Amino acid sequence: MREETYRGKPDMSVNIAGVELKNPVMTASGTFGSGMEYSEFVDLNRLGAVVTKGVANKPWEGNPTPRVAEVYGGMLNAIGLQNPGIDVFIERDLAFLKQFDTKVIVNVCGHTEEEYLEVVERLADEPVDMLEINVSCPNVKQGAIQFGQDPDCLKDITAKIKRIAKQPVIMKLTPNVTDIAVMARAAEEGGADAISLINTITGMKIDIEKRKFVLANKTGGLSGPAIKPVAVRMVWQAAQAVKIPIIGMGGIASAEDAVEFMLAGASAVAVGAMNFHDPYLTQKVVDGMEQYLLRHNIQTVRELTGAVQ
Amino acid sequence: MKKKTTMTVTEIRSLAEGVFSMKLRYPENEIPQEVRPGQFAGLYPNDPSKLLPRPISICRWNPDTGELQFVFRVAGAGTASLAAQKIGSSVDMLGILGNGYDLEKLAGKRVLLLGGGIGIPPMVELAAALASMPGSEVTAVMGYRNSDLFLTQELERYGNLLIATEDGSVGTKGNVLDAVRENGVRADAVCACGPMPMLRAVKKFAREQGIPAYISLEERMACGVGACLGCVTKTVKTDSHSHVRNARICTEGPVFDAEEVEI
Repeated sequence: MREETYRGKPDMSVNIAGVELKNPVMTASGTFGSGMEYSEFVDLNRLGAVVTKGVANKPWEGNPTPRVAEVYGGMLNAIGLQNPGIDVFIERDLAFLKQFDTKVIVNVCGHTEEEYLEVVERLADEPVDMLEINVSCPNVKQGAIQFGQDPDCLKDITAKIKRIAKQPVIMKLTPNVTDIAVMARAAEEGGADAISLINTITGMKIDIEKRKFVLANKTGGLSGPAIKPVAVRMVWQAAQAVKIPIIGMGGIASAEDAVEFMLAGASAVAVGAMNFHDPYLTQKVVDGMEQYLLRHNIQTVRELTGAVQ
Repeated sequence: MKKKTTMTVTEIRSLAEGVFSMKLRYPENEIPQEVRPGQFAGLYPNDPSKLLPRPISICRWNPDTGELQFVFRVAGAGTASLAAQKIGSSVDMLGILGNGYDLEKLAGKRVLLLGGGIGIPPMVELAAALASMPGSEVTAVMGYRNSDLFLTQELERYGNLLIATEDGSVGTKGNVLDAVRENGVRADAVCACGPMPMLRAVKKFAREQGIPAYISLEERMACGVGACLGCVTKTVKTDSHSHVRNARICTEGPVFDAEEVEI
């Protein structure tokens, strides 16, 4: 990093697979709806991208309640990817998002290969900037996570999606694997334009007074600051393994956390569970990253990527 | 408009064992235009290990002073940290959330308010609102565990108050519906908040009486603003937002027509 001469306003823009984002701050899928609910708190025009909640070919009911539980420094969720289906999504949510000057990344989910492909195909002619493929949800019984836990399956589905996708494809990886580098390489070999990580870590909470599972689904995905060190480590490992850009996430609660992910090798970051703690957080992270660059006299945010020594 | 606001504690006191009243005052320039009975707010524990706001119903709203009163039971470390606040300290609050009761549907009617345990507090603001509407008549029937009562004086101010206790130490021995039957209470509509078995019984009772029941539901919540889909309830028909048979308690609710939800 050059820290000597530069004194102007830092350049916050990043380029992910040919898509120019005004800054590297996104929302993590599932924590921000389709932006509508948080648009009361945040100026969506200020975000690099809005990543939507996962959408499938048809409406999904999701899991029974309780679906969420708080744990020390984080939370568990087992929503089960409830979503209104791609038709309603396009008509309502996408139309809403297109009013804003931000990039739109649609998170795609499915039980089977065919279901993923159907959604990708439906989005081909829609005003969507990128696709993020959720092959890593721990809360859906069939399919989904299997694609993300077996490198051959991951490579295969990535290749099939790439064949028909009209937008750049981000594969979202699960941390619930032995070696994240293997999975990152599998996505890259399948032709992924970028990868995002980490999805939630499978966890569990038991109510000892009732001697029952707190979540109806028994297990749920752990998110929040509790998982951040694991996420930073995995982003760094993935960055050593692949050349495609990485979108880093997992417990980001401040601009400083976001910078840490960038230094580990991320080209962009996403704010997730902590939106629930502070609905203004995404915007604060944008402002705080810019302040960091000014403070350290760094010209472009891109210089942070992988700059850990 | 929903906001996260830093509120000032103006009262904190114990009303009964494990039940606390907390008053929070808005900064002068942030006082909301409207707060409806049955709405709630998310209170953040002052503890960085606890991320999520605690959804707590509004017991009273004073638009003149900009103060909200919450009455809550200490159920865990989060609510315990709220109960440990001192006058003058700050509490972050996400509000105002939820739909609240539709007062137009209750205008000019004999309204039966049923509250069970920590479902009692929102009934105070509702009783006050109904009492100020011409022709509306309020009968409140509140259920407690024992003689450790709370909010009875506030409720008596706005209508008839009947009490049921599980141990029979005050009023009718049994639940709120036992007290309704014992006293032959007649009503045109029911509003209820309390534990799920009580709400199921209220739904059945209202159906038998041929009157509408508006019930306030509770569920574990994360975002509180309708984004995370954590706090859903099963609905009879396909919900217009979710396009499945799930409605968000934090947004479409917490108050539902009992006939529209499967509980």
